[in-house]
Amino acid sequence: MRFATRLHGGALRIISGDRPGHPIASALVIALLLGLAAAPFVFPGTRSMAAAARICIFVVLAASYDMLLGYTGIVSFAHTMFFAIGAYGVAIPLARGWVGWDAVLFGTVCGVALAVVLAVGIGLLSLRVRRIFFSMITLAVASFAQLLATQLRDLTGGEDGLTFSLPTALGPAFRLVSEPVLGVRLDGRVVTYYLIFAVSLALFLLMLRIVNAPFGRVLQAIRENEFRAEALGYRTVVYRTLATAFSAAIAAVAGALMALLLRYNGPEATMSFSIMVDILLMVVIGGMGTLYGPALGAAVIVLAQYYLQSGLQAMSDATAGVPLLPALFHPDRWLLWLGVLFVLIVYFFPAGIVGSLRRRVVRSG
Amino acid sequence: MSGLNRAAPWVVLPVLILAALPAMAFSSWVTLTLAGVAMGMMLFLMAAGLTLVFGLMDVLNFAHAAFVTLGAYLAVSTLGALSGLVEANSLVLNLLALVVALLVAAAVSGAFGFAFERVIIRRVYGSHLQQILITVGGLIVAEQLLVVVWGAEPLHVAKPLLLRGSFIIGGAAIEKYRVVAVGLGLLVFAAMHLVLNRTRIGLLIRAGVENREMVEALGFRVRRLFVGVFVAGTALAGIGGVMWAVYQELITTAIGADMTILMFIVVIIGGLGSVTGCFVGAMLVGLVANYTEFLAPKLALGSSIALMVLILLWRPRGLFPVAKQ
Repeated sequence: MRFATRLHGGALRIISGDRPGHPIASALVIALLLGLAAAPFVFPGTRSMAAAARICIFVVLAASYDMLLGYTGIVSFAHTMFFAIGAYGVAIPLARGWVGWDAVLFGTVCGVALAVVLAVGIGLLSLRVRRIFFSMITLAVASFAQLLATQLRDLTGGEDGLTFSLPTALGPAFRLVSEPVLGVRLDGRVVTYYLIFAVSLALFLLMLRIVNAPFGRVLQAIRENEFRAEALGYRTVVYRTLATAFSAAIAAVAGALMALLLRYNGPEATMSFSIMVDILLMVVIGGMGTLYGPALGAAVIVLAQYYLQSGLQAMSDATAGVPLLPALFHPDRWLLWLGVLFVLIVYFFPAGIVGSLRRRVVRSG
Repeated sequence: MSGLNRAAPWVVLPVLILAALPAMAFSSWVTLTLAGVAMGMMLFLMAAGLTLVFGLMDVLNFAHAAFVTLGAYLAVSTLGALSGLVEANSLVLNLLALVVALLVAAAVSGAFGFAFERVIIRRVYGSHLQQILITVGGLIVAEQLLVVVWGAEPLHVAKPLLLRGSFIIGGAAIEKYRVVAVGLGLLVFAAMHLVLNRTRIGLLIRAGVENREMVEALGFRVRRLFVGVFVAGTALAGIGGVMWAVYQELITTAIGADMTILMFIVVIIGGLGSVTGCFVGAMLVGLVANYTEFLAPKLALGSSIALMVLILLWRPRGLFPVAKQ
């Protein structure tokens, strides 16, 4: 009994005392965690393992965006820029033939540093003035970064991007142990997956720590009433800029993981506006300001993307005789349906999955 | 504010134009200055609604550019249907085609603007976060619907016959269409100026921008006024879209995204809510874009961002900040 209590206390400590807040939400989060932890064994195959790795990365990316959108209440459109900076950080040294763990580490550190410097610069310039400027300016800066990424061909490979090979331990020819374990060959892809999984989990726990620390409480205070937070003596500009820098740094690490997963990086892979829309959707569907919500949202959206296009194709074929409808259901129009979904959720379901569940607990308790 | 301080924002524009002169030959300077002013006029048409809507109701519409794109695609269809007038060798018939396209775009964009205000904006007054999210969603849906109707391929816009090409005056090439754009921009600016400063409605709009509660307390329905401003703003965006499409001659849905960024830069530079600021900001962005495109073609978009950063460092609230209560 005492052991059980201590175990419970230990688990609470790991998640910084922040529970998902509703039995269903807890069950979903635990299912997601277990599913991702066992993915190479439960869902073998290259495609499903790539999907699981994408979920890990987008959990981190969406949660880091939630630190801005949900906890601090500011809308940034430059999050994919930081994501891409991390990815290019790893891709550039590796693509130039410097293959090794030191290159991966060096690239990640450089990417994070650049992301932090840019985030602080944008934050100090725009958050000082009006919060609404921040959204507009991040949009402008992000599109400029996209332009740079396509124009600086020597550095970034332009539109084509950069393809590279990874250190041997992450390559497909590598074997961790010579015999298959539980029927799965532990090759470099599995090692890559678990590297991504471990880093993502650590980052997620770190974010839980940050938002539940006094620092995170101040961010929420600023979101609720900026004037009052300022009156209590908190320099809101400093806190907001720090939140931007934190989330940019974490997004950059997620970008580095993405580069390791894809063995490639280009403007479309990490920088496009549709990824920004995906992130917004993940955070809003899951529930802003909960961290667990965006994690669930990331799983939902990544899975939907893997299956939505084939679903649309089927709809398009089924309505072939009707005018206009086949065009509406064309597989390339998936962004249209995500947009419609997004608008509907912001209207009717603004608290998202986890937020709505938490409200029911509050109401019945 | 001292007189010098108040005059300073006005000086930026002439200083910029004169500063560009030593960097290039006189004839290219004339051509580029006209091109910049023409682009600025079109930007002004597109962004004027955005700045007024923000000033009056504190609503930031990220989907404003969708109305520009709509106008551009309407230009393809109307000018395509009026090919008899477009290809006619008569200036009157050519201008008539353009005017019809402008009117169609204004009417359709305005109608969609009315619906957009009803369905999307009305429910999210007061919450910036929700406004940004919902209008971004609206922008995505609108852009994709335009693709459904007009297709994803780039479309060609027929420029009226006598508006193609340019005059040569003293070695400087002056594109005819740019003169038309400048004329229309000046006309709209003058009309807006008159409405805002010489009519009762304009007085209410200006008062509403400065202090909405006070105007409401005096018994005026600012909401209703706002719907009018919103519709007028989207109609102007449609007009700007037509002008821009005919200027570019080849359009894709990407112009919405490109224009969003330029419009934001314009309204930030000018000061959110200020029509004069929007006009000066649009000129600045247009001129800087054209000068840099000539001097360093790869930096065109970067130059407008650099301009915005410089101006914000100098005047954090824009060149012509609106006195808000």
